[in-house]
Amino acid sequence: MLSNKSFVRKTRHGRVIKVVREHYLRDDISCGALFCPQCDTSKAALRQTAENILVVDTNVVLHQMDLLENEIISDVVVLSVVLEEVKNKNLSLYNRLRAIIDNPTRHFFVFANEHHKDTYIKALAGETPNDRNDRAIRVATQWYQEHLGPSAKVILLTNDMDNRSKARESGIISETVQAYVQSLGKPELLDLVARSDAMDIDKNEAEDLRPNKKAVVYAEHKVMSEITAGLHQGRYHQGKLRVNRYNPFVAYVGSESVGEEILINGRQDMNRAFDGDVVAVELLPQSLLPGSQAVKIADRDDEEEEEEPVGLVPASADDAPQESQVQENSQLTGSNRPCGRVIGIIKRNWRQYCGSLEPMKMPGGSGGNVHALFVSADRRIPKIRIQTRQLANLIDKRIIASVDSWEPNSRYPSGHYVRTIGDIGDRATESDVLLIENDINSRPFADAVLACLPPLPWSVSDQDLLHQQRQDLRNLCVFSVDPIGCKDIDDALHCKLMPNGLYEVGVHIADVTNFVHPGTPLDEEASQRGTSVYMVERRIDMLPKPLTEDICSLRADVERLAFSVLWEMTAEAEIVSVSFTKSIIKSSAALSYVEAQARMDDSRLEDALTADLRNMNRLAKIMRQRRIERGALTLASPEVKFEIDTETHDPLDVGMYQVREANQMVEEFMLAANISVAEKILKHFPAYSLLRRHPVPTPNMFEPLLRTAAAVGVHLDISSSKALADSLDHAVGDDPYFNKLIRILATRCMTQAVYFCSGELSLPEFHHYGLAAPLYTHFTSPIRRYADVIVHRLLAAALGLSNLPPQFRDRSTLTSISDNLNYRHRNAQMAGRASVELHTLIFFKNRPMDAEARIVKIQSNGFIVFVPKFGIEGPVYLIGKGASKIASGSTSECSWVVDEEMQTVRASDGNCTFRVLDVTHVHIEVVEPQPNRPKLQLTLVS
Amino acid sequence: MEFISPEGLRLDGRRPHEMRQLHAEVGVVAKADGSALFEMGNTKVIAAVYGPHEVQIHSQQLHDQALVRCEYSMAAFSTGERRRRGKSDRRAMELSLVIRQTLEAAILTHLMPRSQIDIFVQVLQADGGTRAACINAASMALADAGIPMRDLVVSCAAGYLNSTPLLDLNYIEDSGGGPDLTVGIFPKLDKVSLLQMDSKLSTDLFEKVLTLAMEGSKAIAEYMRQMLLENTQKLAFARGTLKR
Repeated sequence: MLSNKSFVRKTRHGRVIKVVREHYLRDDISCGALFCPQCDTSKAALRQTAENILVVDTNVVLHQMDLLENEIISDVVVLSVVLEEVKNKNLSLYNRLRAIIDNPTRHFFVFANEHHKDTYIKALAGETPNDRNDRAIRVATQWYQEHLGPSAKVILLTNDMDNRSKARESGIISETVQAYVQSLGKPELLDLVARSDAMDIDKNEAEDLRPNKKAVVYAEHKVMSEITAGLHQGRYHQGKLRVNRYNPFVAYVGSESVGEEILINGRQDMNRAFDGDVVAVELLPQSLLPGSQAVKIADRDDEEEEEEPVGLVPASADDAPQESQVQENSQLTGSNRPCGRVIGIIKRNWRQYCGSLEPMKMPGGSGGNVHALFVSADRRIPKIRIQTRQLANLIDKRIIASVDSWEPNSRYPSGHYVRTIGDIGDRATESDVLLIENDINSRPFADAVLACLPPLPWSVSDQDLLHQQRQDLRNLCVFSVDPIGCKDIDDALHCKLMPNGLYEVGVHIADVTNFVHPGTPLDEEASQRGTSVYMVERRIDMLPKPLTEDICSLRADVERLAFSVLWEMTAEAEIVSVSFTKSIIKSSAALSYVEAQARMDDSRLEDALTADLRNMNRLAKIMRQRRIERGALTLASPEVKFEIDTETHDPLDVGMYQVREANQMVEEFMLAANISVAEKILKHFPAYSLLRRHPVPTPNMFEPLLRTAAAVGVHLDISSSKALADSLDHAVGDDPYFNKLIRILATRCMTQAVYFCSGELSLPEFHHYGLAAPLYTHFTSPIRRYADVIVHRLLAAALGLSNLPPQFRDRSTLTSISDNLNYRHRNAQMAGRASVELHTLIFFKNRPMDAEARIVKIQSNGFIVFVPKFGIEGPVYLIGKGASKIASGSTSECSWVVDEEMQTVRASDGNCTFRVLDVTHVHIEVVEPQPNRPKLQLTLVS
Repeated sequence: MEFISPEGLRLDGRRPHEMRQLHAEVGVVAKADGSALFEMGNTKVIAAVYGPHEVQIHSQQLHDQALVRCEYSMAAFSTGERRRRGKSDRRAMELSLVIRQTLEAAILTHLMPRSQIDIFVQVLQADGGTRAACINAASMALADAGIPMRDLVVSCAAGYLNSTPLLDLNYIEDSGGGPDLTVGIFPKLDKVSLLQMDSKLSTDLFEKVLTLAMEGSKAIAEYMRQMLLENTQKLAFARGTLKR
């Protein structure tokens, strides 16, 4: 049957046109009930055993997603009209709903009511689209009841009173979400039910509970039409709100129309906006500024203190607090930065938040409905008011909550409980919190993904051996060098002196793409995960364990498939030729860095393997030297390594990660392989290569480094990476650690390296600043990075071994893949660092100790110190709240004179001076100024 | 954009291998020697054929075969936005040429030397797949005019969106940016006379899409043949050559 949909649409030029679209009505759409005698049941999902078949309306999906995600809700019919409305209103909710539908254990079914001949309805004259859709939902529900007959009870879930009464008139069983959940007899589930003002029943209840909440705390948001008009006229400015990581009362809105960031100061002016929301901002006249600051202080009284946390040393400029912003903050009134206030929110960025409940007194009688405040682990998120009936269970747990609404008359947003992660302070729970906060998928792999694995136990087959394009390199003496305990060995090396006096050097990389085929669920999953995540006590794999630890891992004494890069090199490490091939290798030894180093150093050893190692090391040293001459930077990273108790997984000891010559040797050949591969794939696919670039840092990123260096009398030249490398070499102080400290400071001026698609940028922008390489990519770790998998496919296609998967021929797809990889990579790094921070905290919890520290920055209220032994950095306060009392007689009344220009702090009585990069001693201990948020505190000891 | 829902329905409710509703009528322009109206869903095309007649411009006359001319145009009201469209813009010129060449291959031009056949095609409603609809309409009009042909020419489009081959794209799907392949075939001879695609597609996918388009064409051919047969029976009955 055919019907035409027609509607009127306004074009971009303001002309009104009529659009007519065909709309086919079908008679072959299945109802999705497994027990239905008439319909096709091959794709059905609804069970007869289910007590009820639920039909949900759009608002239930939009507001009660957490409930729908709970296992207890099953056998649900999602109408296509609902799905379409959800998709238009909120894409992330739509994706969550799709995820539930795709899960076969949940028994959700999509019924295309809009294309079914019996359930399609035309809008009546004068009927609004909303009313029409509500009617469509009712008609479909009725159809289901008639179609399934007495064998099932179909319930329409809706919180809309009008809809419910109309449903009742036409004989449909309809219930509110609350009533339905209550009838299930599981009171804890009620916590998942979001409250909304549309719920007529709940409203009265809420009113009774909070009689004194009438006062308006925040300004009303402007209506959308006014915002759009204001944006057009230039009165308002649109941008994404970013809350300062270190001070949740200050936010910035990057606005294109203003050209710089607008400062939003205080919760009042933020006007209920969350971090990441797209907001409309009105600029404040200069005269209003002091007023807003008063609000900020008042606001702060009942909230937490603004303090810089002690944490790991930032790894790059992106991790560090924005220098300029922090300063601006302290001298706010004098700054020229435009200030504004949020007048409306264009797009919410609400997600689920991890945290805990604020400790509170237990009300008398259990099981009652209690209001509690949820405190997020992310400091940028305000407290969230939630209702719970299971306070006693939740009070000492880490939980997840989500936000439902934020009314102007409420100081805090209201939300609801989603689920419990575990006990507060428990190592595993806190680790899970880190994973969730960094959006890392740590769930076990789905069956569909595991089904893509080759049958186990796997070994090299004759087919692989006889394969035309696979070279047999089993006779070579190949070995791998990795950290101790490494199970995902993705690279191996060999080095052979050839009769013509040249060296044949090979880098063999696990042939992951032989097992991960494009378009399979395995590939999709790996592409989504993007990278393996290394936490202190566990590893979250990108590929399932059999691939990661066995089939792909180039373990010793077993035959494995590899993708090899082979060079011919002169004794001076000049590359004569390079070739790439798929191969079969048999590693003769899986060494650790320590072992490899010991073999090289032990002059008594004369076996072939050791000789190869020494040869390679010699070549690597020459290559490294050459790279440094080109201007590659040698930066120091204060990485720390934990010794973990094998039983309890608690940290036993912590120390700096030691870099050996063997590490540098392996690194050097991996760099060379990556560069060779980058050149090869770019030559064949100029527009579709996945490369990695490291942008040149801007001069103002070097500003803090230069200021520090100037204060200690060192001149650094930042004009190029070569100049910087040279001046870093010359920056030698009186003690041996001085140079390393300067290098550590330099590291944090760098930007992040990123993946990109070569078609999106021009050749000069491909440059990798840190390595001083014009081209770079990632090829050498396909087991743990998805970027390398893509590069493997590109290289195989460049060599003509396989076809390039069609999605790689599309620049926008490749760009979106690389964006996801950058996001995942960054999150993995953040989670890794947060994991180290967590373990540092656990480590110091029971053993406060003193340690040597270096002053890295002087600021108005004290200085920031860096503790090399533990790789941590944090403030030591001399002035104001929390100031350290110096044991040597001087009391807290003693005032300090800070000279930020010269980077010195002097006691006013003159007997004590601190300069930047000086050595001091600090006491490290764990304190808990706010409940459930333990942190490290550094205090000065003489 | 999602052109096919995970449930396997396209935006207008079709499944990937289904084409739109067909409708054809023959003899819709009384003055013409042959004419046809052809609809594929909301795409509606009218075609009229004049000839074979004397060549109008003497210099264009071909001494061994007939001259086939084709004029394609779009009615001003054929799209949502009312706009006057010439018959000499680039798109129209290209389409005229494509239609002419596709049909010329079917017409037994050598039987009609020093004569001219005019084909006029006008799009009354455009909703994607106009190229295919034009060829089908013209082909039926030629058959109606009784012009000797090797076979009917039948055309159908197919595309590739959301990693699925789709038959008979409508306007929204057409503007989805994916590959759009139009074939014209001789269904009885099983030969291809037109094959057009302006985007990249890997060979294995191309073959899938091509097979789909050819199958679609064959289904259309079935329908066209039946319509022509009905029309002929009607005519024969009117003349009295065919008794009920």
